[in-house]
Amino acid sequence: MIAADIISKRTVTSTASATAQKQKIKVNIVVCLKQILDPEIPSRDFRVDSEKMEAQRGGASLVTNIFCENALETALQFREKFGGRITALIFAPAGGEDSLRKALAMKADAAVHVINDGAAHPDPLAVARVLAAAVRRLGNIDLVMVGRESGDWGVGQTGGLMAEELGIPSVSFVDRLEKQERGLLLHRQTDQGWENVEAQTPLVVTITNDDQNLPRIPKTRDIMLSSRQPIIRWSLEDLAADDAGIDVAEIRAGGGYYRVVDLAIPTKEIVCEMVAGETLEERVDQLADRIMSVVRSL
Amino acid sequence: MSRVIGIIFSSAGYDRAAQGVTGAGRRLADALGLPLQMVVVGGGGGDLAGSLAAVADAVTVLTVTGVADYQPEQTLAALTDLCRGEGAQAVLLGNDTWSQELAPRLAHRLGGSAAGDGVELVIADGRLRVSRSVYGGKAMATIELLRDPAVVWIRARAFDPATAREVPAPIESLEAAPTGEPATFIIERKSEVTGEARLEDAQVIVSGGRGLGGPEPFTDLQDLAGLLGGQTAASRAACDSGWCPPSWQVGQTGRKVAPGLYLAVAIRGASQHLAGISEAKTIAAINNDPDALIFKHCRFGIVEDYRKVLPLLRERLAAMRKE
Repeated sequence: MIAADIISKRTVTSTASATAQKQKIKVNIVVCLKQILDPEIPSRDFRVDSEKMEAQRGGASLVTNIFCENALETALQFREKFGGRITALIFAPAGGEDSLRKALAMKADAAVHVINDGAAHPDPLAVARVLAAAVRRLGNIDLVMVGRESGDWGVGQTGGLMAEELGIPSVSFVDRLEKQERGLLLHRQTDQGWENVEAQTPLVVTITNDDQNLPRIPKTRDIMLSSRQPIIRWSLEDLAADDAGIDVAEIRAGGGYYRVVDLAIPTKEIVCEMVAGETLEERVDQLADRIMSVVRSL
Repeated sequence: MSRVIGIIFSSAGYDRAAQGVTGAGRRLADALGLPLQMVVVGGGGGDLAGSLAAVADAVTVLTVTGVADYQPEQTLAALTDLCRGEGAQAVLLGNDTWSQELAPRLAHRLGGSAAGDGVELVIADGRLRVSRSVYGGKAMATIELLRDPAVVWIRARAFDPATAREVPAPIESLEAAPTGEPATFIIERKSEVTGEARLEDAQVIVSGGRGLGGPEPFTDLQDLAGLLGGQTAASRAACDSGWCPPSWQVGQTGRKVAPGLYLAVAIRGASQHLAGISEAKTIAAINNDPDALIFKHCRFGIVEDYRKVLPLLRERLAAMRKE
């Protein structure tokens, strides 16, 4: 249907047969995942390694980035309404498999793991090149969905850079999408409210959260089933073999786009003064005074 | 021929964000010994272009034939041509939706490197270094961009405005031809801003969180914000619960705000949320939990159920306003 949309313009002359074909072909979706250090760890337990330029793992667990899960949830809801096939894709060390298993438990149709055996935090262009090469290798992808940013480095570039690597358009901050007669209708958040955007596939969208796409909790049975489902594993060499865009040595070294030269925890000591008073009324009066004195100084 | 280019989307006007982009651009241009060219995207900004001309070395009002203000693919293509033609050494944008959407793609097309959410820019060994908050505001990182040009979207309000030049810069209009067939098309737009100004420009913000327990208390927060001449916002938990529009969300995943006063009501203070208010001058909180993380970032606060505090506070503030 959607991929066929583009092809049909060139090859199919009969509208009737094009429509018939549209209804049969599924939207092929790839959802890209990132595994990150649990962002909920409290500040007091947070340490950085200023040599490796990354957070220390400590006792924290690794989780799938929330916006990636929002993206997967949006994809699942799209499939429920309009049909389609969802492939979860991750570029991560061996442990990244946990995120893929969870995606399968949430009912993604397939999972692809590109093994990262190089730098722990490759730069955004290195990541986008690997993911784009994996998308090309999968073939016939209509829609690439990624989270708007990650909860660790919050770089916010993967979607845009993937669009450029794939040579296709992209739309950011999408929270809902629907299939229409031709192409897709995307609802996205803006600074002031929202916009509706019409788009043709193939397309990259970055997904943000709203009250509609909170990730579902997988059923126990599906979690058990997911542990036995196949995962496709590719090495960087596998990708480089049929993709000139992949420079394995550069990606293992972290990429040539940017490098982190400093990482530190800012020291900021603020003492909160709790308003005092015998009664609630007195304390609220104090609070009002403090508020007004700040407001008047602005 | 090389220069620093600052890009402003005209719909926002010469607001605090545009001033920040221009100020950061001016200082970067001076550090590099290059001229500063400000580009207004979407035309229509008569006095925006005029305000920019007072502080820049050149101003270009860029429109694309047939595009009212912004269409991602069209605007990106026109900006790429302009930056290439002018030999951009560095490109600065704000942290609005459209800037964030375009910056990485623009960097890629120009063969450069992008970084976002910058709060400080320095030149070291001829390379641009961008400082930004990471790990939900728990750490600060400095990132060195390895390719030219550097394309950076900044937390615009964290940067001081530029001072006026002696001679205003010339203003030039440029109409770009549309490129091919637009593959994406914005067909409808709706504004849900809570008041006159954008949340990012608000001097006072009254914000509610999960502890409010439902959508109704937001009416009280709006009353309170009204009394203080401010705006209403919310935490991610409140937005995800559907108690208020997603555009109210402040945090790492929502708006990054910089008010003079941020009053957090029933907000626990997850680092996700704190990342959005790190530029606030004064943070105050109403929370019934004395151990709520938000208090570690407050100048003052009250440990009490908001249900008891809000009616009294509103009454008291209303009385003070009359005085």
